[in-house]
Amino acid sequence: MALIELRQLNKSYGSVIALRDLNLSVQEGCLFGFLGPNGAGKTTTLRILATLLSPDSGDVQVAGLNALENPRAVRRALGYVAQEVAIDKILTGRELMRLQGDLYHMLPRDRDARIADLVERLGMSDWIDRRCGTYSGGMRRRLDLATGLLHRPRLLVLDEPTVGLDIESRAAIWDLLRRLVSQGTSVLLSSHYLEEVEALADRMAIIDGGTVIAEGSPDDLKRRLGGDRVTLRVREFSDEDESQRVQQLLNGVEGVIQVVVNRAQGHSLNLVIENDAVVDRLRGRLADAEIPVFALAQSRPSLDDVYLQATGRTLMDAELAVAGQRDVKQERRQSM
Amino acid sequence: MTSSGCSAPISEQERGAFAELSQETLALTRRLFLQLIRRPSTLIAGVLQPLIWLILFGALFANAPDGLLPGGMSYGRFLGAGVIVFTAFSGALNAGLPVMFDREFGFLNRLLVAPLRSRSSIVLASVIYITAISLLQSLAIMLTAALLGYGWPGAAGLLLVMVTLLLLVFAVTALSLGLAFALPGHIELIAVIFVTNLPLLFASTALAPLSFMPSWLGWLAALNPLTFAIEPIRAAYRGPLDLSAVLFEAPYGDVSGFACLSVLVVLTIGLFLLIRPLLNRKLS
Repeated sequence: MALIELRQLNKSYGSVIALRDLNLSVQEGCLFGFLGPNGAGKTTTLRILATLLSPDSGDVQVAGLNALENPRAVRRALGYVAQEVAIDKILTGRELMRLQGDLYHMLPRDRDARIADLVERLGMSDWIDRRCGTYSGGMRRRLDLATGLLHRPRLLVLDEPTVGLDIESRAAIWDLLRRLVSQGTSVLLSSHYLEEVEALADRMAIIDGGTVIAEGSPDDLKRRLGGDRVTLRVREFSDEDESQRVQQLLNGVEGVIQVVVNRAQGHSLNLVIENDAVVDRLRGRLADAEIPVFALAQSRPSLDDVYLQATGRTLMDAELAVAGQRDVKQERRQSM
Repeated sequence: MTSSGCSAPISEQERGAFAELSQETLALTRRLFLQLIRRPSTLIAGVLQPLIWLILFGALFANAPDGLLPGGMSYGRFLGAGVIVFTAFSGALNAGLPVMFDREFGFLNRLLVAPLRSRSSIVLASVIYITAISLLQSLAIMLTAALLGYGWPGAAGLLLVMVTLLLLVFAVTALSLGLAFALPGHIELIAVIFVTNLPLLFASTALAPLSFMPSWLGWLAALNPLTFAIEPIRAAYRGPLDLSAVLFEAPYGDVSGFACLSVLVVLTIGLFLLIRPLLNRKLS
């Protein structure tokens, strides 16, 4: 049975539709990546999971419990690390964790032992007894992660856990998440970083416009996309005319699916090809036409390509498109 | 312990509802007191302001003509009760502010994703905190008033002072917490506090007796809940306690000590009932 089962979720903020008929199923024991641009509905979905928000319609099951009918049991099973780090600047990290432990009704001795363990594991001992107001972004994130893990939840839900973090903190968090999953905790994390989902997730879903548009393991999704990628430069910097001539030339080669001129990268050519054999044919055609090859690189499709294929636009374009449409006031009112 | 080793989630162990309720309420209350101890300026200002009222206002009207005050009381002694009530009142009126900031900073969400036995603990922690602070401040004023020679209520009087203050603090805290969940942000809450605070003080018997007021203001003061808290405390300072005695002569009739306390009880219960739907909407 699935650990998380979301069925036909709908949610609107005023006239803005955040989720439409969203379906999602997450198995126990995996690290599930929830990928999508800002404004796609990731945070809304996670807030519904965390019982902070009720959907307008739909069904939410967590660990076999109906979250809408039995929110308290779901809260017990779940550790939620929100995107905005909410800490009390006046308290020390340890005091905040104690408070958290008491809110989850841990026995004081177990609570303090668990805090000591997490402080050690997350490398927080140097500053855990200082006030939270003095912490850097990375320290706050780690503290928040520790509080989310304190009561040993079956499922850890993280909303964009590494956004805006330095590389060192990000690596520490990635490392911890991997270890958690290997020890049996299930993790659901949202991200709009492709590389994060690619590096961490066993399974993933792409969300766009409030609905899941693709689901599977990252490899699955890439394989389903099919074809290899080839990046070709005839010179270090070609001009547009030359690139377009080469584009026309290669379009005719058997097994070439698509040729695009990448203006952003010195008019290099991005090709989608059916299989390895096509590369030789490409080289042959270029040699016949006496066109030099400065660089030719072959690669498997990336998640970026998956995203492009699924939504018809790049992640960056998608973010720009939704940026102007959000009703921030309405969302804020909901979040309070 | 019957747990099957240290890895078993303690939270799944069966614990009594009362134990869980008190654990979460205590933890939330402890947080408020830690904030107070590390940021004591509110407490200091909260004690200083009424003391300044007491000293300055007391001096300002020290030469008030004889017969202005009922029973030939000195103005300082008259004022003491008003300042005590006003302090407790404005302290309780601010009770919603920390909750509002928790809403705005998202800290409340941290509490709401936790499996609290009852979300009333969030409200209860605020009530405990504000009550303790208010009583502490009132005690400081009473001691100062005593030093200034304005007297000290007897044991029974002290009890009456405490009961009256508790009722008022409960009522106003309920109101403020309700506002903290109903209003959109702290700016609005502060605006409401600002507009409520001083007018309620001036339209009460804190600074002058009813007999001294024009009739329209007398009506307002005789309906003002603060008056119903001030007069019993004033009576406690006056001497032998008699709750059935008339404490003030309102335009609509004489009001006894029992009547004052009853009004406060009804007000407290009414306000808690009034804010319940508000809290339920935001907290469940």
